[in-house]
Amino acid sequence: MSLHLQRELERLKKHLLSLCAVVEDHVHKAVRSLLDRDPRLADEVERGDDDVDRREIEVEEDCLKILALYQPVAIDLRTIVAVMKINNDLERIGDLAVNISRKAAAFIAEPAAEIPIDLELMWEKAQGMLRDSVNSLIDMKVELAKDVCRRDAEVDRMKHDNRKAIEDLICNNPALVRPLMRILAVSRNLERIADCATNIAEDVIYIVEGKIVRHHEE
Amino acid sequence: MISTATPLSTTPGIHTRNLNLWYGSFQALKEVALDIKPGIVTALIGPSGCGKTTLLRCFNRINERYGNVRTTGEIAVLGKNIYDADVSLSELRKAVGMVFQRPNPLPISIRENVLFGVRVHVKRGAYGRGELDAMVESALRDVQLWDDVKDKLKKNALHLSLEQQQKLCIARLLPLKPRVILMDEPCSALDAEGIERIELLLQELRKRFTILIVTHNMAQARRAADECIYMLLGRIVEHDATMKIFHNPREKETEMYVTGRYG
Repeated sequence: MSLHLQRELERLKKHLLSLCAVVEDHVHKAVRSLLDRDPRLADEVERGDDDVDRREIEVEEDCLKILALYQPVAIDLRTIVAVMKINNDLERIGDLAVNISRKAAAFIAEPAAEIPIDLELMWEKAQGMLRDSVNSLIDMKVELAKDVCRRDAEVDRMKHDNRKAIEDLICNNPALVRPLMRILAVSRNLERIADCATNIAEDVIYIVEGKIVRHHEE
Repeated sequence: MISTATPLSTTPGIHTRNLNLWYGSFQALKEVALDIKPGIVTALIGPSGCGKTTLLRCFNRINERYGNVRTTGEIAVLGKNIYDADVSLSELRKAVGMVFQRPNPLPISIRENVLFGVRVHVKRGAYGRGELDAMVESALRDVQLWDDVKDKLKKNALHLSLEQQQKLCIARLLPLKPRVILMDEPCSALDAEGIERIELLLQELRKRFTILIVTHNMAQARRAADECIYMLLGRIVEHDATMKIFHNPREKETEMYVTGRYG
């Protein structure tokens, strides 16, 4: 009985990790599409979102099956509960990647405008958080997960600074309002990705320690 | 003697310290220290041979019936040391009732099964017929058996179903007003419906007694117990609320056992 459950859990983890990989790839492509002015990448993300949705359903079905057939307890129960939430977060990140790719496609289609904020740096931070949250999940590393949670404030601050900078630019150059609003939206989406990475890290802490750390400032 | 009249209080239902037990040279219990709360159901869980049943049997001293058993340490039931000179075995077993794996009604009538303890412990003639009738009805109602058997109280108890027999075995403890009920895998001989009804009965009875149940069935411990004690190789590994044991146990060994990776 336990061996069956172990096998099911391994399978679930594999499905979740391949969803992680796809989603990471989508965010990467969406951002690169904007920074490199490459509309093909944006298009790939848009078309790939169905795959993300399908994988999300697959992971959820795996979870429901394990709950129904094995009534897991302790670490196994915490894993399933956390995987269901992480699954939602990953799907959400997939959607945010689509948002970014659409803003990128629109931005590229318009007359070339400069990107006035350091989106590359912001992306690096958010991507690092996403990668580390997934790594903390793979290796069940609480310290790494806690580090991800701490880094969220930095990305929040960047979003805030970006908004102020873009507001000022719009005041001074009203003609650029459309492209600037798109860039602002990308900044906001990257910040949301960092938030989702934080959620994932919090769920990893829950799996390992059994403590719900959401809504608690350190 | 152990009072059967004191109200349930904050005194632990069962308290042990440094409890050790040997069968010959084999040590079956090691430094057991427990405070089992009154008014709830506590489950003893752990792999076969870990000492659950041995521990349960300490609390009404029936281990002593077997030769070459040696026990050291403290055991108090409702605040009273059960090894004190003024505690008689008969008084102890009135206060601490026991239900066994296999229902063991006596091959006499249902009514006489319920009254058996009273006949043994109370002088003949102490109760009138009306009082005895009331005792029988009340005990059988408490175990939800009255409606099934009220018209056949004189029938031999061995004709009842296993579930009904097990309920009868619980009912026959009640006229003696026990404070603690020990159950050694009370559902292992029953089918799924019987198990469910005995578990429901436990929920009804628990407020009035300290109930300690040995079970191999993890699902039963989750459903029926308020607290669980995990034992391994004669030691207490963890004692906590059932929710804690099955959601986030403190000890790795407990986690390995409840998730089925060990035992």
